[in-house]
Amino acid sequence: MLALIVRRLLLSVVTLTIVAVVVFATTELLPGDWATAYFGREATPQRLERLRAELGLDRPATERFASWFGRALRGDLGSSLARKEPVLGLIASRLEKTFLLGGVAGLVSIPLALALGIIAGLTRGRRADVAISTISLIGMSLPEFVVGTVLIFVLSITLQIFPALTVVRADTSFVDFLPNIVLPAATLTIVWVAYILRMVRTTMIDVLASEYVEMATLKGIPRARVVLRHALPNALLPTINAIALMLAALLGGVVVIETVFNYPGVGLLLVTAIRNRDVPLIQGIAITIAVMYVTINLVADLLTTSLDPRLRSLRG
Amino acid sequence: MVGLTIVVVHLILAFTAPLIAPYSPTHIEPSVRLEGPSADHLFGTDSFGRDNLSRVLYGGRVALLVSFTAAVVAVTWGGLLGILLGYLGGRVDEVVMRVIDGLLAIPSLLLIMLVILALGSGFSVLVLTLGYGYGLTVVRIARGATLAIVARDFITAARARGERSRTIVLRELMPNVLDVLLVEFAMRSSWMLLAIASLSFLGFGISPPTPDWGRMVFENSELLAIAPWGTVFPVIAISSMVIGINLASDALSKAMGLERTQEAPL
Repeated sequence: MLALIVRRLLLSVVTLTIVAVVVFATTELLPGDWATAYFGREATPQRLERLRAELGLDRPATERFASWFGRALRGDLGSSLARKEPVLGLIASRLEKTFLLGGVAGLVSIPLALALGIIAGLTRGRRADVAISTISLIGMSLPEFVVGTVLIFVLSITLQIFPALTVVRADTSFVDFLPNIVLPAATLTIVWVAYILRMVRTTMIDVLASEYVEMATLKGIPRARVVLRHALPNALLPTINAIALMLAALLGGVVVIETVFNYPGVGLLLVTAIRNRDVPLIQGIAITIAVMYVTINLVADLLTTSLDPRLRSLRG
Repeated sequence: MVGLTIVVVHLILAFTAPLIAPYSPTHIEPSVRLEGPSADHLFGTDSFGRDNLSRVLYGGRVALLVSFTAAVVAVTWGGLLGILLGYLGGRVDEVVMRVIDGLLAIPSLLLIMLVILALGSGFSVLVLTLGYGYGLTVVRIARGATLAIVARDFITAARARGERSRTIVLRELMPNVLDVLLVEFAMRSSWMLLAIASLSFLGFGISPPTPDWGRMVFENSELLAIAPWGTVFPVIAISSMVIGINLASDALSKAMGLERTQEAPL
């Protein structure tokens, strides 16, 4: 188990290095640099040169990459060009809001998706399954901004229950902030439930068709016990991994949802950073998201391995 | 069948938009701004007085073309590389898969937005960036499907006959993973459409004044309280299109006996 963890950690470092190289190379593609963007029309060659020297933009790309990556490894992601604040602090405060949003959505959507997925799997082909599967298909087919816009229309414009856009002032307390979460979290929940339930349903069907479930049924064990004790634990295992991958992959949706509701999370920060060409901030967010992706996968892998002894010999 | 019908209807509407649209999608008529649905303007007009029906009819053309082309690109390179890796195995496979895993850790939306910002949102840029981003997971899937076949007798036989690797990959392996790739293509087309709509919504997609569903929702959603029809119709258009593709790809994978778990998009 320890060897496995060490091996996976080393692989994660390799992954993150690849991410760093690709992200850095892509930001190099951007036309012009921060100096030209900063001065705009007031740019003079002398001013540009001075700012570039100050920021180290006149050094070759490889050298800049090495120094940036070196500092990033020590936890220093530099300062945002547009906001003149340390990138790490900016990301941390925004990430907190995104986690809050994702956490609320996860707490609602994972149990809900499990329940609906199990019901659909058990009633395969019958009315309940058809209804649940159809709803899930529709949920998967709607872009996040459409779900968000519809919710705004119904709940905040027509019924005026929740605020459509997040307005946060410096003195907004945590309790006052909470109503702002409802609509973005509901949007996220609808999308996540649609995906996760579909996966749970398929795994459930696979497991129910297996020989050991048939065996248990033949032994005369009550149906409820077969489902809860024999089928469910085995259906959950692949689901953990898939949910993890999905949560990581659906970060893209968070970007859209935060923009729709003007929710001050890391996704909105990313969109603003890209619009402002705030390169250190873009790189910082990319690396942070990649670290999260790698961590989520690592945890899910270790979790499934510790839950299923068979995998230890396979993967070690 | 329902899915296929929806897709076909959408394709026909997109192809014949120039013939059936009552107005030019970019024609500005200041006297009829934000009008509700009427006999003259079935879907109403937007804040510039442009006809919503014409814009909805035109709005899917670029997005559909981009998503289908990009899905072809993704499945082609991802499929070929995946089959090759599954066939070769060993060191090469190990190293390339590590790189792919690394690239998967970069949120593709971020990469796509950066590239679009740098190179503009032209047709080829959109197709190539989306084709790249969505091809990464195709590599994994094609490799997995190949691994299941590569140990079978007919591949061993082909190797024993002394067939060249190219022949084995193209003639023996390819036809056998084609069904998997076809389903991937269908699924990826729908994600692609969602991705393009989202990009347009964020202002990184197809650039105005070319009408586009995602962009229309963005432009009209601010006026949701006074002129909801500007948002409602493009929303129906995107949703029905994606639902159609999803139903069709579901039916396709069932017909091929590949009832698989669906992965996440972007």
